[in-house]
Amino acid sequence: MEVYLDNSATTKIKPEVLDELIDVYVNDYGNPSSLHRKGLEIEKKINVARKLTAKVINAKPEEIFFTSGGTESNNIALIGHLSSINYEDKKNIVTTKIEHPSVYNVFRHFEGKIDVRYLDTDENGYIDKSQLINQIDDNTLLISIIYVNNEIGTVQDLEDIIKIVKKKNNKTKIHIDAIQAFGKIRIDVNKIDVDTISFSSHKIHGPKGVGGLYIKQGNKINSIIFGGHQEKGLRPGTENTPGIVGFGKASELLYNNFKEENDKLYELKKQYGNRLLEEIDDIKINSDLTNLGAPHILSVSFKNVKGEVLVHYLEQKEIYVSTGAACSSKAKNDNRVLNAINLERDYINGTIRMSFGYFNNFEEIEYVVKNIKECVNEIRDIMK
Amino acid sequence: MYNLLAVSYGEIFLKGKNRGSFEQKLIEQIRFSLKGFKDVKIYKDLGKVFIETMHENDMDNIIEKVKKVFGIVLISPSIKVDKDIELIKEKTIELFKFLSNNQEIKTFKINTRRSDKTFPYKSMDFSAIMGGVILEAFPNVNVDVHNPDIHIYIDIKHYAYISSEKIKTVGGLPRGTNGRALLLLSGGIDSPVAGYMIAKRGVEIDALYFHTYPFTSERANEKVKELAEKLEEYCGKIKLYSINILDVHKAIKQHCREDETTILARRFMMRIAEKIALEQGIDMLITGESLGQVASQTMKSMAVIENAINIPILKPVIGMDKTEIIDIARQIGTYDTSILPYDDCCSVFAPKNPVIKPKLQSILKSESNLDIEGLVEKAYSTLEII
Repeated sequence: MEVYLDNSATTKIKPEVLDELIDVYVNDYGNPSSLHRKGLEIEKKINVARKLTAKVINAKPEEIFFTSGGTESNNIALIGHLSSINYEDKKNIVTTKIEHPSVYNVFRHFEGKIDVRYLDTDENGYIDKSQLINQIDDNTLLISIIYVNNEIGTVQDLEDIIKIVKKKNNKTKIHIDAIQAFGKIRIDVNKIDVDTISFSSHKIHGPKGVGGLYIKQGNKINSIIFGGHQEKGLRPGTENTPGIVGFGKASELLYNNFKEENDKLYELKKQYGNRLLEEIDDIKINSDLTNLGAPHILSVSFKNVKGEVLVHYLEQKEIYVSTGAACSSKAKNDNRVLNAINLERDYINGTIRMSFGYFNNFEEIEYVVKNIKECVNEIRDIMK
Repeated sequence: MYNLLAVSYGEIFLKGKNRGSFEQKLIEQIRFSLKGFKDVKIYKDLGKVFIETMHENDMDNIIEKVKKVFGIVLISPSIKVDKDIELIKEKTIELFKFLSNNQEIKTFKINTRRSDKTFPYKSMDFSAIMGGVILEAFPNVNVDVHNPDIHIYIDIKHYAYISSEKIKTVGGLPRGTNGRALLLLSGGIDSPVAGYMIAKRGVEIDALYFHTYPFTSERANEKVKELAEKLEEYCGKIKLYSINILDVHKAIKQHCREDETTILARRFMMRIAEKIALEQGIDMLITGESLGQVASQTMKSMAVIENAINIPILKPVIGMDKTEIIDIARQIGTYDTSILPYDDCCSVFAPKNPVIKPKLQSILKSESNLDIEGLVEKAYSTLEII
């Protein structure tokens, strides 16, 4: 039985979405920039996709820009904002220690050019709010917050964070990395006052290679690559038309079924967490098992186990999980996020992330738990 | 300009009676290294091998490949013509024009070599005639027999071959002229270099890779495969075996002293390698050991490790410094692959404080707790040919 539990890394495409992709490749393969009818037809489809995607976060379609994916969205939002203003080096920008590399490394890039500040998190992965109050000042240009952390699934208290930021400096721009949150946590841009939000298609059973950036009207973001007029010049280059149309379809399916899909994920997370706690000793659940945590992410640490080894043991059973975050799990350095939440060393190396998606079901749980238990026992036996 | 490559070999000449078969092996190897090219003809003409292509644009890439074939000392991009003096004149002028477009030429020298003694001119006389032809066609150049800007070589065989450039190649002996050996190929820097050095002396290389899946990643296998592919550019086709020695490590971990882990595991690797070698009709093993580099490569460690088997182990990098090994790894193109970060099977089970002066008695005592034959058989049963 194949059980894919790495949906935070990427997801399997929904069949209805794939049909849309094929339709574009086969029938509506025109370039939206072409003057003829073939161009117009696909342009109309892209407009529909934009509406469908906007709807997920209750944005206006004209506030949505399609990109090549989450990393590009984060880069455009952050670099594009900073390059649109003239700033002196006494200005500062703020983020957290548990960002995805596509935000974290942008901040690292600006070190030395501007005052760069990183916020700590507590042992549950929540931002230290007293530190936030101290770090935001009159010189803060920008703050970037990951809404749902991709390694442990902590959901930040965004409303409160925004309130604090606005109170300290209401000119500070707020960027939200919602790549893991999009489609999992209700986001309504009319209720949270942020400037930019990034999200990605392949995390919601859409095609790979397409993402989105919400830019609240009135904000000025410069393009970071140069070319034609596509996406109002913000993201030049011929549109990934099948990708965008597929993203629209994936957004639509998700929007129509938001509550059921996510209730199932919450329930899977709870049951997996509880069953693992029951069956296996010396184990730590790093994720919040209640609805306060993200529905789809369960980070578990096993004492005296190597996460990588467990991943390979489980792949033999066709169970696919990841160590830490997929994007960084090939990097050898110590895990930034798990360090930030103060996990003991014996446990950090034995951390895996299980992440759930639309195609998972409750019948898989016992098979997976049984195999994890056996594998953990075997590895501990060898490593002791 | 060129549609032909003349291949000169060095040491093969020394081999007397074996020369024919050596040439044959060399041609086989050239053919292997050029298998990606279309319309290539390889033939012999009076003591040289020639590679002819119908696609002049391929020539630069062909040269890059042939440079790596063991057994060749020089290659010359050449023009082939029938032994008609007018034709030779015409093509020599053409070549000279081509060369003077690329560099300033004030002086030149013609060297003729007449392997076909039926050709009506003696070498010296023909050089003089062709020198006159060039002087007439290019009034601004002079002959300089001592230190010319360029040489023009005219080689008279069944055809006439005109060339100017001689490219130095890697040397060595053609693959398969010196038997077969089994290389213990890890994912590291040293073992590919060791394989290269032995292959260079005409040895056909098989390679053996030990892993501990699932304690190592399948990506580590991919890395070793990639290393073997890089080596193949020089060594020719490599038969690559893999063995999972997780059970060996498990048994050692369970029954033996931690500080002897590496020595014990290496002894098992040698036994398994020896078994494969004997079954394959291979006479020697090759390792990338370099004296003193790590705990298992001290004089005492190596002595204890080797004691486990009877067939000889070649260690071509034994006396080299790491930097010297790295230089060769860079030159043969394996270095960048070797430093990719996937765990090889050494790192997971490596003891914290390995013994550096192991005593054979103590090792034998530890091994008395293990079912050696059973473990070797068990590991051998995981043999895969990749």
